[in-house]
Amino acid sequence: METLIILLIGILVTVATYLILSRNIIRVILGTAVFSHAVHLLILTMGDLKRGSVPLLKEAEAPYTDALPQALILTAIVISFAVTAFILVLAFRAYQEAGSDDLHELRGTNDE
Amino acid sequence: MFSVNFAIILPFIIAAFVPFIYRRFRFIHIGWFVMLVPITLFILLARLIPSVASGQTFTDTYQWIPTLDINFTTYLDGLSMIFGLLITGVGSLVILYSIFYLSTKESLQHFYVYLLLFMGAMLGVVFSDNLMVLYVFWELTSVSSFLLIAFWNHRKGSRLGAQKAMLITVSGGVAMLVGFIMLHTMTGTFSIREIISSISGFTDHALFMPAMILVLLGAFTKSAQFPFHIWLPDAMEAPTPVSAYLHSATMVKAGIYLVARFTPVFGGDQVWFWTVSIVGMITLFWGSFNAVKQTDLKALLAYSTISQLGLIMSLLGLGSVALHIGYSTESVIYTQATFAALFHMINHSTFKGALFMVVGIVDHGLGTRDIRRLGGLMALMPFTFTVAVIGSLSMAGLPPFNGFLSKEMFFAATVQISNADVFSLQTFGIVFPIVAWVASIFTFIYCMIFIFKTFLGPAQPEKLDKPIHEAPMGMLISPLILAAFVVGIFFFPNLLGNYILRPAMSSIYPTFGDAFNLTPSISAWHGVKPELLMTIGVVLVGAILYKILKKWKPIYGLFSQKYTFNTLYNNVLSLSEKGSGVVTRGYMTGFLKDYIAYIFGFFIIVVGGFLFYSGAFSMDISTNAPIRLYEVILVAVMAIAAFAMLFAKSRMTATLLNGVLGYSIAIFFVIFRAPDLALTQLVVESVTTALFLLAFSHLPDWKKEKTTIKTKWINGIISIAMGVLVMLIGLSVLNYNKFETISSYFEDAYELAGGANIVNAILGDFRGFDTMLEVVVLFIAGLGVYTMIKLKSEKGGDKE
Repeated sequence: METLIILLIGILVTVATYLILSRNIIRVILGTAVFSHAVHLLILTMGDLKRGSVPLLKEAEAPYTDALPQALILTAIVISFAVTAFILVLAFRAYQEAGSDDLHELRGTNDE
Repeated sequence: MFSVNFAIILPFIIAAFVPFIYRRFRFIHIGWFVMLVPITLFILLARLIPSVASGQTFTDTYQWIPTLDINFTTYLDGLSMIFGLLITGVGSLVILYSIFYLSTKESLQHFYVYLLLFMGAMLGVVFSDNLMVLYVFWELTSVSSFLLIAFWNHRKGSRLGAQKAMLITVSGGVAMLVGFIMLHTMTGTFSIREIISSISGFTDHALFMPAMILVLLGAFTKSAQFPFHIWLPDAMEAPTPVSAYLHSATMVKAGIYLVARFTPVFGGDQVWFWTVSIVGMITLFWGSFNAVKQTDLKALLAYSTISQLGLIMSLLGLGSVALHIGYSTESVIYTQATFAALFHMINHSTFKGALFMVVGIVDHGLGTRDIRRLGGLMALMPFTFTVAVIGSLSMAGLPPFNGFLSKEMFFAATVQISNADVFSLQTFGIVFPIVAWVASIFTFIYCMIFIFKTFLGPAQPEKLDKPIHEAPMGMLISPLILAAFVVGIFFFPNLLGNYILRPAMSSIYPTFGDAFNLTPSISAWHGVKPELLMTIGVVLVGAILYKILKKWKPIYGLFSQKYTFNTLYNNVLSLSEKGSGVVTRGYMTGFLKDYIAYIFGFFIIVVGGFLFYSGAFSMDISTNAPIRLYEVILVAVMAIAAFAMLFAKSRMTATLLNGVLGYSIAIFFVIFRAPDLALTQLVVESVTTALFLLAFSHLPDWKKEKTTIKTKWINGIISIAMGVLVMLIGLSVLNYNKFETISSYFEDAYELAGGANIVNAILGDFRGFDTMLEVVVLFIAGLGVYTMIKLKSEKGGDKE
């Protein structure tokens, strides 16, 4: 199972990297979103998969699965959401001001 | 009890207040207020002269970074006392002078802040016992010198001069820092006193020689020694009070201080002796030789300063030979070179300070300092003329002025050293008196130029913009005081010798026991000796050469302007500017894509390279959890969705595919026993997708990307490399179980935090601060979103 998930992570990272390297700003943002999916899965996989029970003390029997990666991912999900929202609005504003969503055209040349 | 630390800190504190006071009392020249600082410090220091003269030293330690052996330790002994008195004494006079020199229309608050910064830094240099602290103050003097040279920053010359001074002195400073670190490596301490007492065991250490050379580089750049002297003439763009203070009396003597301070450390070594004395001699000759051809009075004084600094430097080199021989009644004779160095340094500060002020008066009053336009000022500027004559004759080494005494001692020291029987001096030693004598002839000539071309001869009022007139009384006070010292020291030299120079001698020769023996009685007349004959020769030959100056002046035309150190400096500077421009423009393309590619490329090369190099990769699928069919289907769905995103024709499809990924991950979270994550992921994914769709209504449709096949290939390779690398790392880390997991600690969540949900307990209790900061991130992001939308709507655009 772990090997399979890591293979999936590899695919996600590849796709995300390719998207981030594009010129269109929306593709870049989508790339970061896919990247965070990959990272979340990676963190979870590092804590071993499908071993032990749900980390709810009163609901399940010991041994419990590793709860620490879960706490980390929970934080990461929220932060990546915040960042995605922020750069989306940034892209929207950049388009409003500069009239383009192409990062090559958005490149500033005035102060060189 | 007066603390020396306080003396260093005081100028900095006052500097912080200067702008406020300046604003509050605009009608008073701020200099009057600033002048109180050096006067106070001078009095405080002067009160300690008797204790220091009786051999007492003062130390005070303020712990700074004790773990790194860096403490703000000050040390007041005879040597630092001389410098302390010069800095505060000349500082007071220069500020007094500057009050009349700089009108209230200049940005005085800046000027005096810089000047106080310099004063504090310079005091820090001479009073610091800790080398790291000394270094910090050392660089601070370079910075304040930079600011002061560029004070009239609307002039191009000022800016270039400041840059040159900064670059040269700071590069020397950095070399010196490396030298200090080497000293620390050898001796295990940054304290100068401890280094001096323990250095004898390290003279054969491999770092001893490099450390010496590096420390000397610092000293030579700062004291404008050949070939680093080129910054000093350009530094003359500074206002004259600055030139008088920094670039003749104090800052350029920091290198002298450093050499004197380190003489007990390196002094017994042959390399030290030859380097310091030869460099000093070359500087002495080259400075005085070039001073003769100058037409700008300040440039003349600048070269003269270079030459005099070389003289002092070479004397320190000659004096170090005594440390090689060791203490005996015979070797004491060689220490007199060092004594002469210190004596001449004080004398130089007095007469050169006065001369700079004279030039300042001429420049300020007549609007020029070009000797081709000046002449005949004597009759109309009698006081200025008097000071100029006193200063120049002292510089030329004539009685009855203090320069005569130290110049005689200098000649005596060079003659003495040529008879020494160490370092094969009996063969080469004769060079020293010859160079000294020739250089002194040129010194005599430019002193005559200074007097005759400026003050005597026919007046040329038609070449001047302003009528010739005597300076205001205020401007004359400081030069007259300095001139009084020039004469006073001649008549009472032993006062200076016993109270100021003797304790300094015992700082430089700590192993020589009774300092009394090291202090010769200075007298103007000591019979017909070689030094007196040399002086007479200088005057005779100098006078003749001055008379026929026009005949031999073409000699200077023989030196090609193509091969000077200035050209070298300019070429190096412009080439490095061009080079760094090319390099920077080469990779700073301004395209996000490129920067991302650098980051990924770096990651691939460094992390991947290390993974490969260290053989960390390992793989073991035997411990894997079992796979169910629906899990395989889910993985396949995600993989297909991910690839489909690459080829999505519309942004809508891509966003929905991203949603597919997000929801699939939520299902994986369920399978992997993470219900909290699944819930959060579902909510966040829904909101994110909605946000994307919302943004689309304001953004243009996707156009086909105009990327070349080559770029696509490069991007593809980077992407695949990233994917593979992350996979390899993931697989290796899975097999890495050298440490116990720490999660079992959190399984006591109910007892420790009162929560049955371990994940919640971690977030809300164990790592509560992290969660709080996470909320802060959310808050800031929300604030950013809000602001960006708000800014737009104020401009009258549509609302989101």
